[in-house]
Amino acid sequence: MAHAHESNTKRIWIVFGILSVITLVEVYLGIIKPDSLHLHGPGTSWLNWIFIILTLAKAYGIAWVFMHLEGEKKWFRRSIVWSAVFLICYLVTLLLIEGGYLFDTLSPLVKW
Amino acid sequence: MEANIAVPTDKKETWSGGGVKPFGASYGKMMMWFFILSDALTFSGFLAAYGLTRFKFIDSWPIADEVFTHVPFVHGEFPMIYVAIMTFILIFSSVTMVLAVDAGHQMKKNKVAWYMFATIIGGIIFVGSQAWEWNTFIKGSYGAVKTTDGKVLQFVKDGKQIALADFVTGERTDERVEHTRKNGLWFQSEETIATYSVAQVLAAYNANPDIQVRTELIDNKKKTILSREEGSLQLAKTKMVVEGANLKANEYGNTIFADFFFFITGFHGFHVLSGIVINIIIFFNVILGTYEKRGHYEMVEKVGLYWHFVDLVWVFVFTFFYLV
Repeated sequence: MAHAHESNTKRIWIVFGILSVITLVEVYLGIIKPDSLHLHGPGTSWLNWIFIILTLAKAYGIAWVFMHLEGEKKWFRRSIVWSAVFLICYLVTLLLIEGGYLFDTLSPLVKW
Repeated sequence: MEANIAVPTDKKETWSGGGVKPFGASYGKMMMWFFILSDALTFSGFLAAYGLTRFKFIDSWPIADEVFTHVPFVHGEFPMIYVAIMTFILIFSSVTMVLAVDAGHQMKKNKVAWYMFATIIGGIIFVGSQAWEWNTFIKGSYGAVKTTDGKVLQFVKDGKQIALADFVTGERTDERVEHTRKNGLWFQSEETIATYSVAQVLAAYNANPDIQVRTELIDNKKKTILSREEGSLQLAKTKMVVEGANLKANEYGNTIFADFFFFITGFHGFHVLSGIVINIIIFFNVILGTYEKRGHYEMVEKVGLYWHFVDLVWVFVFTFFYLV
């Protein structure tokens, strides 16, 4: 909060520019879906990995600059970010593994 | 006795205006952050459940590009475009919000008011867009049939999906009318009935040799198109004609796909709506000079946190519902 009284307007616009460019890249890739990225990749397609990484980058920009997490005390910030990251990773990992198991178990019973 | 009651014996008033602030954050701001944390976990619960279901039906999940293709006032198919515009609107309203907070730090009342106003307008446009999106989704654009074993069959011509109205001609032929409260059984009504009867759709399929059936099954990232004969076999199991979407059936594929669409975007839309209401309240407080008198604009900062959070959630919904 040391910078509370000086204006950050320029920085805000820069971050907005970065977030916009990321969104544009996502939409562009989402529309053209190049085969090389869309059909190959580890686990899921490369395209999906790109989307997920760009999304996390956007989330970082919003939380750090717009929500001003960068200016909070270190352990206050950590009490929020670490809790969320740990619990979400935990939940998502379990549920996605379970979803894959359900598919393996149930899909042989479906006749197309 | 005294030990059990929270009385500020040292007269420091820890969190209500006193000088001591744990982590340098005021009570309100800290609680807003912890509320956001818990709300974030609720949303991740929704999105993780979506992920589980999608993995469960990984070989037949609807392809988002083929579902969300419409833009208001424009004809034709533009996958992703409209959702991308909505994303921009929300990010931009986040920017005006953070500019309002910034102006608040400098105690510039008019600037804060104008930026808050812009934020509210952005929010309203976003909610309006979402309403339009829901309307389009519920109405549907092609129509399909659902079989007795719960599969959705769509119709294609030259590899492109076509609407029922493109090849089924004429009015509904079985003279079935919608049952409303005022006719038939007293005070009983039914859901909207489809434009065409099952028999009519099947007859039209048989009469048009260039129409093929597309199933939900995904092969190499594309839905499988059946030959004419296989199509006939599948169509023989038709139970109902589906147009648009509700919680029980939809023309896009898995029932639970539409259910998740309604719940996740609906829950997010509700957050945007409440954000707009809170923003309006704070906007009037700014105009009335409440924070000018108080000596700081921290309240703007707190609603700002909530507003950014709504934007943050949308970033994830956008990725996992529309892109991935």
